Amino acid sequence: MSDTINLTYDVPGDDFTRAGEASSDVKGVLKKLGLSPQVVRKVAIAMYEGEINMVIHGGGGQITVEVTPDAVTMRLADHGPGIRDISLAMQEGWSTAPEEVRNLGFGAGMGLPNMKKYSDEMEVISEVGVGTTVNMKVYVA
Amino acid sequence: MTVKQLAAQAGLKILAGEGSLGREIESVYSCDLLSFVMGRAPADSAWVTVMGNVNAMAVALLADVACVVLAEGAAFDDDAKKKAEQNDIAVLWSEKPVFDAALDIHTRMAGA
Repeated sequence: MSDTINLTYDVPGDDFTRAGEASSDVKGVLKKLGLSPQVVRKVAIAMYEGEINMVIHGGGGQITVEVTPDAVTMRLADHGPGIRDISLAMQEGWSTAPEEVRNLGFGAGMGLPNMKKYSDEMEVISEVGVGTTVNMKVYVA
Repeated sequence: MTVKQLAAQAGLKILAGEGSLGREIESVYSCDLLSFVMGRAPADSAWVTVMGNVNAMAVALLADVACVVLAEGAAFDDDAKKKAEQNDIAVLWSEKPVFDAALDIHTRMAGA
């Protein structure tokens, strides 16, 4: 048996009832693998924030998760409008989310800051008009 | 204090999550902005809110709170109920305002 587990999810765009399904599934898998509740929670929160961003801003996309004995690595890629100014988007409270998204309780400008807070490594690659990819890593040990 | 004990003592209606009623509550947290809740709600807390939608259930699950307490007699919609049942998320219901509901839980925990 390999020490690496790979998971792939397609995230539908604009479907708020399904947003979080991929993160919930990963949470279940990590719990079954016996990872510590702290690690599972960090991955779940970081990934969910990314997943919600893909639904709100990115028109959906794909998430791949790699679990090794050392770390959980997530790659979230969308083909949305891209982020014009990443450092601005990283600031708490800065948001471009539309009104209907705010009415659901999102769009407070906490998504990327929360992802940074709960992951151990994070990289945002974005090109306007092409899309955004977020790579995050949470250490297991 | 477990979720079940809280429901019984505070007279809160149990709307979902029978399988999670044995969870221990370690603290109380209150906020309605899901983005804030996600980043700041402590694990194993009783989360007092008026957000009874499916996204709130996803947040409860992923932030790993002990239970959701819907205050102000807030609505719990069908999608949310389905998600809560699927994932065994304990959801309690109160007609009290958010602050009063949270204070009541805090007081009971302090006395427990």
